[in-house]
Amino acid sequence: MSRSLLSSSRNKWIFLICWVVWALAHFGILYGWEMNWQTSATDAMLSNFLLAGACLLIFNNLRFYRPKRYAPLFLLALCLAVTAFWLFLTDLALKFLLPTQDSFISASRPVRFNIGFLLTGCSAMISLLWYHSEEQHDNMQLKLETESIAKDAELYSLRQQLQPHFLFNSLNSISALVGSDPELSRKMIQQLSAFLRGTLNKDDKGNIRLSEELEHLELYLEIEKVRFGHRLQTLIDVQDQDLLIPPMVLQPIVENAIKFGLYDTIGVVSIEISSRREGNDLVITVQNPYDPETADPRKGTGFGLNSIRRRLFLLFSRNDLVTTSYDQSTFKTIVKIPQYDQGNNN
Amino acid sequence: MIKAIIIDDEPLARLLVKEYLASYPDIRVVQECNDGFEGVKAIMQEQPDLLFLDIQMPKINGFEMLELIENRPHVIFTTAFDEHAIRAFDNHAVDYLLKPFSKSRFDKAIQQFNNLHKQNRIMPTTELLETAAALPQQKARVVVKTGGKIKIIPTSAIHYLEAADDYVKIITNEGSFLKNNTMAHFEKVFSESEFVRVHRSYMVAIEQITRLELYEKEGYLAMLRSGARVPVSKAGYTKLKKILAL
Repeated sequence: MSRSLLSSSRNKWIFLICWVVWALAHFGILYGWEMNWQTSATDAMLSNFLLAGACLLIFNNLRFYRPKRYAPLFLLALCLAVTAFWLFLTDLALKFLLPTQDSFISASRPVRFNIGFLLTGCSAMISLLWYHSEEQHDNMQLKLETESIAKDAELYSLRQQLQPHFLFNSLNSISALVGSDPELSRKMIQQLSAFLRGTLNKDDKGNIRLSEELEHLELYLEIEKVRFGHRLQTLIDVQDQDLLIPPMVLQPIVENAIKFGLYDTIGVVSIEISSRREGNDLVITVQNPYDPETADPRKGTGFGLNSIRRRLFLLFSRNDLVTTSYDQSTFKTIVKIPQYDQGNNN
Repeated sequence: MIKAIIIDDEPLARLLVKEYLASYPDIRVVQECNDGFEGVKAIMQEQPDLLFLDIQMPKINGFEMLELIENRPHVIFTTAFDEHAIRAFDNHAVDYLLKPFSKSRFDKAIQQFNNLHKQNRIMPTTELLETAAALPQQKARVVVKTGGKIKIIPTSAIHYLEAADDYVKIITNEGSFLKNNTMAHFEKVFSESEFVRVHRSYMVAIEQITRLELYEKEGYLAMLRSGARVPVSKAGYTKLKKILAL
């Protein structure tokens, strides 16, 4: 809602002063025309008081409703109607207060109407301009806000995708390998580059094949294996690799599994990824060990899977696509990807 | 001869430190550790002069491991990316190496160690550890050594703390544990909405309190869910009255 034209006290004062000046001019003209001063004063005060009311009516009307089509016609009709109503009221009131001036009131009616119409017309124009600029200002504000929110989100997701902790540690491993195993260091540089390139290319371009996503994941897991030596074992058993999944769904789930299964545990760990088709769904299971002493799987979804749940909800309008289960030492994430819109996305 | 221990969960990261250390024949790496648990054991065994310590490690992080060490050696911290930790280092002017670091940067850190070592000094870490303990990821738990084992106590399992000479006794569902720290430390680390220092020697988890009882003259006792009774001083009573809105 735009601010009202008279919301600032400055504008209120301007409005009031204009009317006082206008009423004084009114009084001056009548008095100069040899009307007695009581008649002049009564007419000036009454007419202009009511006319100010009429203009307020127009301000208010235009604040809440501004026609998009036929605006000139609407304004004309509005001003004519308000002016006619004002003239009718003024007539009644003047006749009541100045019973002896009947002929003057009748004779001046056309002039009154013209002046009234001019002033209501002016008010309509002014308020239209005002609300238009207010609207624009509001829109600008909204746009700026939206942009800044979008930018924050983008920065956040960029940062998430780049995984600084993973990136810098991998670079550190490469730095170590340069001395001891130059060939492996070169291989790791290539793997890391391919992984980063894949991450950067993953703008939301619709669904991708599971096989494509797995290729990207393999790169990631290979790098982690170099970093952690023999500690990490992976077991990948995927079927139906041609089925489609949205990008950036499986990756964060596996990252999560690595975070709790590898970064936060001691000894050899095994991370298992499997997939199969169940009716119309592609069902992917990721299983990782966890340390019950430092991680609590009961806490909500446990392991920060909320954003994936949210994403899948936005895509498929279903809340049951990500489920988790756990026992004493393993945590399992199961994600279902409905395949019914397969035709549309290919 | 200077004894050094490298503690990092990534073998290649340790390899790099060892490689850089090759140009310092007087520094000998006596042990390498994969995590804080091994670290604590190795430090007790070897009493090293110098520690290369990664922050992010499994189960307990580098800061939590240091808390468990009584005579701390000089520490050169290494980390890849941890905004909180880095801010803490900067605030306390503690040197650290950002992975991947260069040989010249590494040499500078060794030089600083050598300068202090010659004067028989080490980089002070007490205040750094206090700041670290208040970080979000660490605030939710307290790591203690009990017997030969390391125990991670969730803050929510703590009933109350009791001062015991140079230690603080932490009383939980599972019994009590000693931590080589001061009450003032915990007063800084724990949030005021969860714990109140009710007495010079006692700090209580607010949600554990069931009622207060008058005890002798001007003294009170806080009755806890567990049945324990904790002395409350006059000043402590004033604080409690405000918090519990009595």
